[in-house]
Amino acid sequence: MISLRNVSKAYPRSGDALRGVSFRLRKGEFAFLTGPSGAGKSTVLELIHFQTRPTDGEVQVSRYNSRRVRRRDIPALRRRVGFVFQDFKLLERLTAAENVAFALEVIGTPRREIAGRVQRLLSQVGLAARASSRPSELSGGERQRVAVARALATEPRILLADEPTGNLDPDAAGGVFELFSMLNRLGTAVLMATHDADFVRRHPDIRRLELEDGRLARDSAA
Amino acid sequence: MRSMREALAGFRRTPLLCALSIGATGLSLVILGLFGLVAHNIGGAIGDVERRVEVVGYLLDDAGPEQVGAARRELEALPAVESVRYVSKDEALERARRDLVEFSDVYGELRVNPLPASFHLRLREGFRTPETVSETAGMLAAYPFIEEARFGDEWVERLFALRSAATGIALALGGGFALIAVLLIVTTVRMAILARGEEIEIMQIVGAREGYIQRPFLLEGAVTGLAGGLLALGVTRLAYVVFPARFAAIEPLAWLPHVWTAGGVAAAAVLGLLAAAYSVHREVGRAYGPS
Ligand SMILES: Nc1ncnc2c1ncn2[C@@H]1O[C@H](COP(=O)(O)OP(=O)(O)OP(=O)(O)O)[C@@H](O)[C@H]1O
Ligand SMILES: [Mg+2]
Repeated sequence: MISLRNVSKAYPRSGDALRGVSFRLRKGEFAFLTGPSGAGKSTVLELIHFQTRPTDGEVQVSRYNSRRVRRRDIPALRRRVGFVFQDFKLLERLTAAENVAFALEVIGTPRREIAGRVQRLLSQVGLAARASSRPSELSGGERQRVAVARALATEPRILLADEPTGNLDPDAAGGVFELFSMLNRLGTAVLMATHDADFVRRHPDIRRLELEDGRLARDSAA
Repeated sequence: MRSMREALAGFRRTPLLCALSIGATGLSLVILGLFGLVAHNIGGAIGDVERRVEVVGYLLDDAGPEQVGAARRELEALPAVESVRYVSKDEALERARRDLVEFSDVYGELRVNPLPASFHLRLREGFRTPETVSETAGMLAAYPFIEEARFGDEWVERLFALRSAATGIALALGGGFALIAVLLIVTTVRMAILARGEEIEIMQIVGAREGYIQRPFLLEGAVTGLAGGLLALGVTRLAYVVFPARFAAIEPLAWLPHVWTAGGVAAAAVLGLLAAAYSVHREVGRAYGPS
C-alpha cells in the first residue's frame, strides 16, 4: 500500500533530512514512526502525502508513484491518505461539525449528504454530543478527535498522524491512541509519528520504524 | 456561486485595499478614456486636415492638352492618389479675383493671364504620410511640363509628430497607472490569500482540487478589474457630459465607439484576472507542484 524505496530528501539549506530510507506498510497495518527530534519523521509523512518529493529514490502510495505522479492527481491521492497534526489545525471560528463539514464541502460532497455524514463521523470519534462546540470550548483530546473525524471525511485507507498526542496529557493521548486502534481494526492503515518512548514501549506488539539522523535505524518487523 | 461568495467576502475583509485597487484601475482607464475621447474627436479633425493635404503642381504655359490629359490619367492611376483636380489658367484667375478682393482691380485690368494652370492631388487615407507626400511631389515634378511641385511638407510632419507625441504621453500615463493598478490587485489578492491561509492549507491537505481553491481569488481579481473598468467608464462619461456644457464654444463631442468602451472594460477585467493569477501562482501554486 505504501512503499519507500531508497528515499533520500535533501533541503537546500539544512542538507539531508533523509538518506536511503526503504520500508513498506501493508494494507491495514499499524506502525509507529519514532526517532529523536530532527530525525526525519515529519519528512517521511510529508513524502507519503506528496506534500514534497524525494530528492532520490521513490515513494509509492497505492497506484501513485512520486516519479510519475501528475499534479492534477494529487488531490485524489490525498483523499485516500488522511493526515492528522500535532496542533490539530482546526478552524477556530467554526464548530466541530462545521470543521468536518468544511472538508466534505471542499472535496465536492453533495450538499444534502453533508449533515448526515458529519454526524456519522463525529459519532465515530465519540464526539456527537459536542458537534456545536467551537475548538476553544473543547479539550485537547476532543480537538484531536475532531481533526481525526475531518481526516476521515474522505474515507481514506491510510491515516498519517504526526505526533498526534504531542500536545495531550497521558489520558487524552491514550484516548486518541485507542481511537486509532479502533480505526485500524476497521481496516485503516495507520502510520503514527511519535517521540514518546514510554508510549511506544507500552505497545510492544505494534511495529516500530525507528529513524536516526535521516536513516532507518531499526524496523521491528524486519 | 461559492467562488462569487468568497470573492465578495474578500472585499469585505480588506475594503480599503480593494477600494484602492479599484480606484487605481479606474484612474488608469480614466486617463486612457479621456485621451480616447479627445483623440476620437480630434481624430476626426486631424482626419479633415489630413484630407486637405494636397500636392500641387504648376504647369508651364506651353503644355499641350493631350500631354496634360495623359499625365492626368497616369497620376490618377497611382495607388497613393485619391483624386486629381485640374485647374486651368482661366479658373485660376477666376478664383483669384473672387478670393483676393483687394486685388480684383489689378486682375481685372490684366490683358495676359499670369497665373499658371495646376494639378491638385489628394492622397488616399493611409498614404498621407510625410514620405508619400514628398515622393508624390517628386513624381509630379518629374514631368517636363511641370514647372514646380509644392506641398506643405514641414506642416505635415509636425501634424504627425504632434499626434504621436500625444499618443505616447497618454499611453505612458495610462500604462503607468495600469502598472500601479496591477501591483495593487496583486497585493489585494495576496492579502486575501494570506487571510485565508489556514483554510487553504486544510483544503490542500484533505484533497480539494487546485481549481476549487484558486477560483475565488481569480474571481476577486477579475471583479476588481471589472469594477475599476466600470468606474472609469462612468467617470469618462461624466466628463463627456459636463465638459461641453462648461465650454459651450466647443462643438458637440462624439461619444467613444462601443468597441472602445467594451474593450476597455474587458481589458480591465482581464488585467485583474492576470494580476490575481500571478498572486495565486506565487502564494498557493507550490502545494501540488513538484519539489
Ligand atoms: N521545509 C524544510 N526546509 C528545510 N529543512 C527542513 C524542512 N523540513 C525539515 N527540514 C529539516 O529536515 C530534518 C528533518 O526534519 P523533520 O521535521 O522531518 O524531523 P522530525 O523527526 O519530524 O523532528 P521533530 O520530532 O522535531 O518533529 C531537520 O534537520 C529539519 O531541519
Ligand atoms: Mg516532526
